[in-house]
Amino acid sequence: MSDDLAFFHDRFGLDERMLTTALDTTLERKVDHADLFFEYTTQDSVVLEESIVKSGDRHLEQGVGVRAQTGQRQGYAHSDDVTVESLQLAATTARTISESNGDVRNVAVAPAARPRHDLYPVATAPTDVPVERKIELLGAIDTHARGLDPRVKQVMASLISQHRHVLIAASDGSLVADIQPLVRLNVQVVAESGESREIGYQGMGGRCDLDEVMAAGAWHPLVAEAVRIATLNLEAVPCPAGCMDVVLGPGWPGVLLHEAIGHGLEGDFNRKKTSAFTDRIGQRVAAEGVTVVDDGTLPGRRGSLNVDDEGTSTQRTLLIEDGILRGYLQDRLNARLMGMTATGNGRRESYAHLPMPRMTNTFMLAGQDDPEEIVRSVDRGLYAVSFDGGQVDITSGKFVFSANEAYRIENGRIGAPVKGATLIGNGPDVLTRVKRIGNDLALDRGVGSCGKDGQSVPVGVGLPTLRIDELTVGGTER
Amino acid sequence: MSGDAGAEAIERALEQTLRAGADAADALLVESDSLEARVRGEEIDFVKQARGHTLGIRALVRGESGLRSALTSTSDLRGDVVDRMAQETVQLARATEEDPFAGLPEEDYARDDVDLALFDPADRDVSVETRIAAARAAETAARATDPRIENSEGSQVSSGFSQVWLGDSRGFRGSYRSATHSLFSEPIARENGSMQRDYWMTTSRSLAGTDAPADVGRKAARRALRRLGGRRVATCQAPVIFDPVTAPSLLGHLAGCANGYSVYRQTSFLADRMGEQIASEALTVVDDGRKPGGLGSRPFDGEGQPTRRTTLIEGGRLASWLLDSYSARKLGSATTGNAARSAGGAPSAAPSNLWVEPGERSLEEIIASTERGLLVTELIGHGFQPVTGDYSRGAVGLWIEGGEIAYPVEEITIAGNLGQMLLDIDAVGSDLLWLGRLAAPSLRVAQMTIAGE
Repeated sequence: MSDDLAFFHDRFGLDERMLTTALDTTLERKVDHADLFFEYTTQDSVVLEESIVKSGDRHLEQGVGVRAQTGQRQGYAHSDDVTVESLQLAATTARTISESNGDVRNVAVAPAARPRHDLYPVATAPTDVPVERKIELLGAIDTHARGLDPRVKQVMASLISQHRHVLIAASDGSLVADIQPLVRLNVQVVAESGESREIGYQGMGGRCDLDEVMAAGAWHPLVAEAVRIATLNLEAVPCPAGCMDVVLGPGWPGVLLHEAIGHGLEGDFNRKKTSAFTDRIGQRVAAEGVTVVDDGTLPGRRGSLNVDDEGTSTQRTLLIEDGILRGYLQDRLNARLMGMTATGNGRRESYAHLPMPRMTNTFMLAGQDDPEEIVRSVDRGLYAVSFDGGQVDITSGKFVFSANEAYRIENGRIGAPVKGATLIGNGPDVLTRVKRIGNDLALDRGVGSCGKDGQSVPVGVGLPTLRIDELTVGGTER
Repeated sequence: MSGDAGAEAIERALEQTLRAGADAADALLVESDSLEARVRGEEIDFVKQARGHTLGIRALVRGESGLRSALTSTSDLRGDVVDRMAQETVQLARATEEDPFAGLPEEDYARDDVDLALFDPADRDVSVETRIAAARAAETAARATDPRIENSEGSQVSSGFSQVWLGDSRGFRGSYRSATHSLFSEPIARENGSMQRDYWMTTSRSLAGTDAPADVGRKAARRALRRLGGRRVATCQAPVIFDPVTAPSLLGHLAGCANGYSVYRQTSFLADRMGEQIASEALTVVDDGRKPGGLGSRPFDGEGQPTRRTTLIEGGRLASWLLDSYSARKLGSATTGNAARSAGGAPSAAPSNLWVEPGERSLEEIIASTERGLLVTELIGHGFQPVTGDYSRGAVGLWIEGGEIAYPVEEITIAGNLGQMLLDIDAVGSDLLWLGRLAAPSLRVAQMTIAGE
């Protein structure tokens, strides 16, 4: 019994023989690839509101997904029952996607080398940290937030801990296991002044020990930020509407790359030729100096993985190099169909979902410019520092994202804060209007979640301060 | 799982939770099986089949001034696992803090013997092949509509069946079955090197209630085609018409702000406005959990309370919140039977079937009476802030000049404040359309800011 299998053997009696039998069952039909994905995830959370931790919860999610691929077809069956019978039933269901018989063979499932990476070793599983400590933290956050400003009327805080075991066995005989911790702390405050009320939100986390977010040195600045944004928005004026030059701050505004570029470079959309970036490899899609990568190998980051959900090692993938489109994000299916290499981007929300090409941590490399000088270079425009999230139509290329902290720029100076700025643009050409790139690359604090085809996966983004000319800003003022 | 096995799992979970020291408890079991398939062009893209169940246990433990509560869930229903989980739930509850408002509902429970047409037994044995054939018919019809439709994201079908069991320590026991069948087609139109996608769909509790696949495909294709050649407009202020596809999103924002939890947390711009005129007199909004065949219908809510009809907005006046028993106690009110609950979550308030009562005029008449403005057919982004009502989202649609559709528009935003937008609704269409649990006819807002060039 390999170490990789031991965890699942203890829980479900899973052994090499069961894996081989299930894979052989799928291979009785002619398939290009088949795999089994086992998952056992524990998640707990505590939530505070009105200064009380009113409830705690704990969830156990387990199951297996069996997949067979032939050409571009995929058959998938999943069950939350991990038994010999359910595995066989799932394997029989998955293979119906193929109509012709295959060669019966005996897949020798062999434990692969450990994943190449070890990006998130933790001393204690976050779900094993006593709930009393988690409750205590939320109480401290509530007290701290209320002490920072008398206008803070409501504090909501939550701490979510997750520990996910996965095991992937494939028809090429590979067997890979990974253990993936994930933690996230969210703080939302409502500030009130006279008749007006505003919300400030901040969060942080990653694949790390819970102690990293529980240390006062980590959460004090987070709470201060949430309070600062809520009270700042109390002073905010309506946002201007129209086309203008925009400066994006470092870090979380990297969501621009995620929406405008990242999704459009996912292999499935390009294989199907439904992306606005279809057949554009080697062409200029951004200004000189713009280099964008997707990197699943950053230690401890929310978007990082030792292996993707198909067992492929993650890597750093060059998407745009000095303005030229260089690569796509691939899972096994689309890499095979396009004659490319899988890039470790085959991800799924859980055993109940089919893998798809997805981003990990997507960011732009730093440039040369001084961030303050970039702001000074704009005559009249918008300085957007923090965002709520965005959305893209990958076919037309149009994307939007919404700022929750933004300011007017007047004569090169940061002016009044504005509320509710929405930015809209066209993915394939927005980066061609990048005029300045800051020397201050920063990654987000570890709160990103990406939705695609009904599946949500944790991701990261990053950006240096960036000036983009002529973006449409959706506000209410002329 | 047989009905008896589901009921037995509920009994075991409740008994073990009370034995472990809970003063009150409830348990919810959801069993589901589903089938999904997508056809793209001539080829099957994927076929997916699944079976699953999740058990959720909530334990409430009495303290000096209120109840402590916790919730656990698992898909491992082996007896010893459930027993251990029941004990863990009680231990976890003991660690949390007392809440004087926590507890099971105090009102009378529902009976579950109402027939809401949530499930057609004739659909139970539907084959994979039959469903794939429906997807194929939609895909073929979409591609045959026009030579400019030469690609797609595919046409997808799904059929899901589920059974819910709910029980609590006050003695409620209930169970019901339901099904959802849907077909979704997403073709891509191409002209002069630029591409546009759009979609159409049909969803029903029975296969007989879904629209003909070919009609869905053709309608999706026509929607994609009319977006070709989209351009921006100059930044301006103009009337904005939301069609029956986009209008329900406004209803969704409104429902979020009329949700009891947002109200007691003071995170809704409507929090202090009960009884006031918050919208145009033309606007009446109703929630009804017992609409026959409704996608949000069920005989009882997530706390065993009878579902019912509640008027949220009557002629523009805010008449009720959406409440479960907890948010009702917080607001000194009574539940409206709107407790939503998944096996993995605590009860919360949510709409069941929520709609805007239709008016007299067709969309064509509303367009004809608009000198210059925007018909919105798709919205993107998340630019709505419930605490202030500030609204700013990306939009796709058709520009109206002289009461007629002039050309498609894209890469623009529409912005305003939901509070003002609701008051500014000056036309309500007759074209109410159910695509989900929320439905609205075409709605015209007299003036919003449109940002473009």
